[in-house]
Amino acid sequence: MTTDVSTSRAPTPARPHRRPSPMRRKENATAYLLISPFVVIFLLFLIVPLVYAGYLSMFREQLVGGTTFIGLDNYVRALQDSSFLSGVGRMTIVLVIQVPIMLGLALLFALLLDAGVLYLQRFIRLGIFIPYAVPGVIAALMWGYLYGPDFGPTAQIADRLGTTAPQFLSSDWMLFSIMNIVTWEFVGYNMIIMYAALRAVPAELYDAASVDGAGPVRTAWSIKIPAIRAAILLTLIFSVIGTFQLFTEPNLLANLAPNVIGVDYTPNLYAYNLSFINRDLNYAAAIAFLLGIVIMTVSYVVQLSAQRKERAR
Amino acid sequence: MTTTTPDVRAAAGPDPVVPAVPRRRGRARTHSSDQPRRSRLLTVVMLLVLLYFLLPLFWLFVASTKSNADLFSTFGLWFADSSSLWANITTVFTTQDGIYLVWLRNTVVYALSSAIGAALLATMAGYAFAKYRFPGGNAIFGGILGSIMVPTTALAIPTYLLFAKAGLVNTPWAVILPSLVSPFGVYLMRVYAADAVDDTLIEAARVDGAGELRIFFQVAMRLLVPGMVTVLLFTLVATWNNYFLPLIVLNSTDLFPLTVGLAQWQATAAGGSGSRPLFSAIITGSAISIIPLVIAFLFLQRYWQSGLATGSVKG
Repeated sequence: MTTDVSTSRAPTPARPHRRPSPMRRKENATAYLLISPFVVIFLLFLIVPLVYAGYLSMFREQLVGGTTFIGLDNYVRALQDSSFLSGVGRMTIVLVIQVPIMLGLALLFALLLDAGVLYLQRFIRLGIFIPYAVPGVIAALMWGYLYGPDFGPTAQIADRLGTTAPQFLSSDWMLFSIMNIVTWEFVGYNMIIMYAALRAVPAELYDAASVDGAGPVRTAWSIKIPAIRAAILLTLIFSVIGTFQLFTEPNLLANLAPNVIGVDYTPNLYAYNLSFINRDLNYAAAIAFLLGIVIMTVSYVVQLSAQRKERAR
Repeated sequence: MTTTTPDVRAAAGPDPVVPAVPRRRGRARTHSSDQPRRSRLLTVVMLLVLLYFLLPLFWLFVASTKSNADLFSTFGLWFADSSSLWANITTVFTTQDGIYLVWLRNTVVYALSSAIGAALLATMAGYAFAKYRFPGGNAIFGGILGSIMVPTTALAIPTYLLFAKAGLVNTPWAVILPSLVSPFGVYLMRVYAADAVDDTLIEAARVDGAGELRIFFQVAMRLLVPGMVTVLLFTLVATWNNYFLPLIVLNSTDLFPLTVGLAQWQATAAGGSGSRPLFSAIITGSAISIIPLVIAFLFLQRYWQSGLATGSVKG
């Protein structure tokens, strides 16, 4: 992301002045005053919990002997913990399968809307976006019933056709069922981000292409998509973050299929159950911290490979 | 960017990083004003795609008009012979002495106070980062930007423990305070303020003798409103839809937001034990709970679309 400050105030004071002018000091004071409310809550509710999680993760609490410092032992334990690893593995499957489908659809829809080749554009755009306004809990509840064998329409239709619908809530299908819910919720959101970016691409870029006689598909592929690379990267990073943090949907579907979704189905579910069911807060903190490291690493790799690709162009 | 007027900027050549501040909306778009050929076929395909996104919601609203018996005995995607909508609504608002209304009120209070607070803080900070150069400014902004990647759920457990020590667990503050932190909001408002508030305007106000804070509150604030509404709307959605944080930091039913409350009803219903009537209450309660946000999005379209453009284009 750009941290370009060229748009800041134009008159920069001359360097040699060691002591800032009174005017300058007044401006600095104002700036600090304006950022201080945010910075204070940022420190209190983001940095402090983060540091505290790191601190907690290095201790062990036992009934006998109390709390002892164990260094990185919790992390060593987590890296050998099949519950944690299988959860991360499951989320990696989602990342590899669901995220490309979701972002691919979002990009396709955004390009179609931007090209202006559809009737009822506004209606279509809003309709695809609406699921974003539905809370994850409600989406999971609703799809849970839709999947269900009791009064779900898929089961009813299959029944009428004389067959049986797939057991969407069985262990074979569950991960796909969850991926479907997430896709349903977020295609529209990602589409709007990409669509907004497409609308901001200067028209001159297209003019050159149409002079060259490029068709709409070629224009989309070689001009539009590269032009909104930053926006696509943003949606990709947000998707990485969201995927590894999956909690709401599996947590609600677990009520309908307790035998399929165990306490460790996703890393987040595992951390939650460790802290509030097992009361093993120190280990849970290590799991949460480690998950954060996984997310940041993957996001970083994604960004890096995007930059490398850009340099290779 | 060195351009000063919107018109010049609109024509400012192949610069793909132009934030979409609303005043640019009127810009002539050559490639769309060409009247491209619209395709019936593609439209039909997209309408079929649209079914995927809208049918589940249609099912939800159809199901909320049905009695429990009809839920099981009639086809899910069409209405039953007699509507039980009113009876269901009554059930929703009277089950457990009208707890649903309490949850709805909690949700509104949490979401509104978080959203207004977060938008205000992000606007102040974003404006300062965009319009002042001060020692440490870039470092602080870099730290805020980097924190976007910190998973919020990794923070929930330590937050719970810290709140427990401070005696804040099981109070509204436990939900509202962490929701005030919107690093993405600060980033968005910085990008927005850089463009929406003209430097010459600030200089002119200074020449007139206005203090720095007065310039912010009386001159800049008005220009920042569209960006602020975007941050407000997105924080509103994030808090309205939040489940993990309130699930962890709240334990009395009276303080639950709708998400946690409805999830609890669902868990009870799924548990069996003669709680079948809850099905229609859950479905109708779910349907009612999404109406406010859908309406907010429909009415505030202009804001979230331009705001998202600002964030994503520079992203």
